[in-house]
Amino acid sequence: MLKVGSVNHLRYVMASNPVTLLAFSLFGVMMFVAIFGPLLVPYDPLASTSTGALQPPSWQHWFGTDQVGRDVFSRVIVATRLDLIISISAVALSFVLGSFLGSVSGFWGGWTDRILGRVLDTIMAFPLFVLAMGIVAASGNTIQNVVIATAIINLPFYARVARSEVAIRRNAGWVQAAKLAGNSDSVILLTRVFPNILPPMMVQISLNMGWAILNAAGLSFIGLGVMPPTPEWGIMVAEGASYIVSGEWWLVLFPGLSLMLAVFTFNLMGDGLRDLVDPARRT
Amino acid sequence: MSTAPLLSVKNLSVQFRTRYGRVDAVKRISFDLHKGQALGIVGESGSGKSVTSYAILQILDRAGTISEGEIIFGGLRLDQANEQLMNELRGREVSMIFQNPRAALNPIRKVGEQIADVLLEHAQATRSTAKRKAIEMLRKVKIREPETRYHAYPFELSGGMCQRVVIAMALACKPQMLLADEPTTGLDVTTQRTIMDLIKELTQTEGLALVLITHDLGLAAEYCDNLAVMEKGEIVEQGRAEIILRSPSHPYTQRLLRATPHHAQSLKELLTDSDRETSSESERNEGDLRRVNDGLASSWNKDVKPALLDVVGLRKEFPKPRTISDVLARRANESFVAVNSLDLRIYPGESVGLVGESGCGKSTTSAMIARLLEPSSGSIWFQGRDISLLKTNHFAQTELRAMIQMVFQDPTESLNPRATAAESIADPLRRLLQVRDKEEIRSRVESLAEQVGLQLNLLERLPHQLSGGQKARVGIARALASKPRLLILDEPTAALDVSVQAIVLNLLADLRAQFNMAYLFVSHDLEVVRLLCDRVVVMQSGCIVEEGDTQTVFNQPVHDYTKTLLAAAPRFNRNQPI
Repeated sequence: MLKVGSVNHLRYVMASNPVTLLAFSLFGVMMFVAIFGPLLVPYDPLASTSTGALQPPSWQHWFGTDQVGRDVFSRVIVATRLDLIISISAVALSFVLGSFLGSVSGFWGGWTDRILGRVLDTIMAFPLFVLAMGIVAASGNTIQNVVIATAIINLPFYARVARSEVAIRRNAGWVQAAKLAGNSDSVILLTRVFPNILPPMMVQISLNMGWAILNAAGLSFIGLGVMPPTPEWGIMVAEGASYIVSGEWWLVLFPGLSLMLAVFTFNLMGDGLRDLVDPARRT
Repeated sequence: MSTAPLLSVKNLSVQFRTRYGRVDAVKRISFDLHKGQALGIVGESGSGKSVTSYAILQILDRAGTISEGEIIFGGLRLDQANEQLMNELRGREVSMIFQNPRAALNPIRKVGEQIADVLLEHAQATRSTAKRKAIEMLRKVKIREPETRYHAYPFELSGGMCQRVVIAMALACKPQMLLADEPTTGLDVTTQRTIMDLIKELTQTEGLALVLITHDLGLAAEYCDNLAVMEKGEIVEQGRAEIILRSPSHPYTQRLLRATPHHAQSLKELLTDSDRETSSESERNEGDLRRVNDGLASSWNKDVKPALLDVVGLRKEFPKPRTISDVLARRANESFVAVNSLDLRIYPGESVGLVGESGCGKSTTSAMIARLLEPSSGSIWFQGRDISLLKTNHFAQTELRAMIQMVFQDPTESLNPRATAAESIADPLRRLLQVRDKEEIRSRVESLAEQVGLQLNLLERLPHQLSGGQKARVGIARALASKPRLLILDEPTAALDVSVQAIVLNLLADLRAQFNMAYLFVSHDLEVVRLLCDRVVVMQSGCIVEEGDTQTVFNQPVHDYTKTLLAAAPRFNRNQPI
């Protein structure tokens, strides 16, 4: 019953807004590429091909070849999985932690709220990208640490949205009614208030996914995080950057475009995700 | 009245584009308004009365269009006017007063400056004279010390004062017509009276035409010459106010008139015959009910029965926020006393009305008795236990939690937007009565829904898919689920239309007789309290000023404040000419 309702609702949200439909289709394509891409690519992303280095796009190599003769198309496709894994896990981590901390301080207020608020202010006082660089440089150059660094710099945004959204609802009539019905505060927060703050959180998530992917690529670009020769959009842009002056534009353009497309998709998805979890949109 | 009318609306229809296609909000309505006259447009929510006023001012939102008809104001076709012309007319020729005065004022600008802005906008004043003229307007709407108030921000003024400022803004440019959309709905009865008297006085001295849009038939009848009653986008009846009141011809007007509680002798009188049939208790005969009610009324005898609830010296202080300078100057913590040494007794099965204006502490009192708020001092004895000793969180774990339940003011706000009606009603069953079996819960929810007259097919709906009256029923069913001995009703009908209010009040009276519950009925509406309660407690600024059985308090009020409250309520008698 609920399943059917959800599918219908998904269909309704898609139909009512073509932009949402476009965003979810793009996201679907990206997920497909991330899962099946490595099986479908024409060349090994790590091996040099016989065609030679720095070949412009052709029918044989759609996106051309790079400085050591690897197929750029295959590398761009294969990189999707890694980039999505980094951004999705980083966003998931900061969403879970941030909404937990934010909900707690928004619901109970008091000293928890004050201390947490100042800690978050401190995090946000740093230039966030520099902070992420510092975390990765200090804790070691691994993908895991890139994820953690990205999650930490995004945490304050979730905590703040969750805190204010919970605080608005803390004294709502239906929360009082739930207390009258004998629910404890933590049950009310977890099962009543939190689901209600999902719509604004979804918008935050989708915007944040774009930032997270850019952040991960940015870290790789300056040589932190993912290491060559692993295919990753940020590294590919970094490696190709020096060839722009000599006219080999395809090295930078295609990974750059993929990045842009990913960020674009995530940003467009915001409204759609909100409508999906908003009960008032159900009819 | 041989002259042409100032405003003439002919066959006006307004359409809205919605998800479900085009909807007619207003259907072919016509009325005339002459200079110096007052027209009351009366109807319940969704009747199209506000849309009509928006159409006149051409401030319909994007989805709405005038599909048909003409609006002629002083010889101009407003329905065809362009935006430039409308901008000149709005404020200078036609002004509007909105329902929520706080929302109508810019919160970050001084109120005097906002009036001056209107004057400057329409070239009614120069920079040098604007301030003087604005102060004059403030004096005209009877704001004391207008020179000082000129510099006040909206948040520093009370709701009534804000509405006065809005009126001053509306009248600043001496318009010919004033549209007032529920101008007093959010205000206390005493404020309501002074504001309406002010509007009446100003419109008369300035010779303005007034369109008063309201859901309150009594208010419209008292202040208007002509009435137009709207239902579902159509004017079902219009004519002289006193004639409509004395002999309403349309069934809808009759129903509205009946549902308005002024001067009704019993709750039953509020309902029409058809309502009575649909109301849930129709099977039981009225004689039984009256007997039970009489029995209850005489049963609270202080000497015989032990009190169900005994509140002694209850007090609540809210600390004022301390600024850094307070701390540095070592000033003592100041606090605001919301409730001051309050004593209150409620006997089993008794219905007590707690009456007072907003800010008098009645909601704070009810929240403390419901154990949602910790009192600062005092004790609350319930069934022989001092429940104020239990922290609110601990109280939720005791078996007494099920005994005291509450129905909230705003039915929309008191339902979890993500929970269906059935889930909301089932919540106390699961938690308080520890019912675990799904079938059992289902059948109990259904029988509760039947008791409050909620159709079973509505149980799977989310709150936004229910009407106001249906949401109120869900709230009542939820409160009844744990079979409470004391039910606190915090203005349960304030957000409802009068005809829905009539049905809900009757439902509450029936349920009390059926389950032998005690009611603490918190309200600002004296007429409703008079009909529903055995005993009345009047509160003013945190203290009880008068207390006694309903008949005595209403017929021979002792305290001055009670007298003011009673005099302020708009009243009309359908049997006597006005």
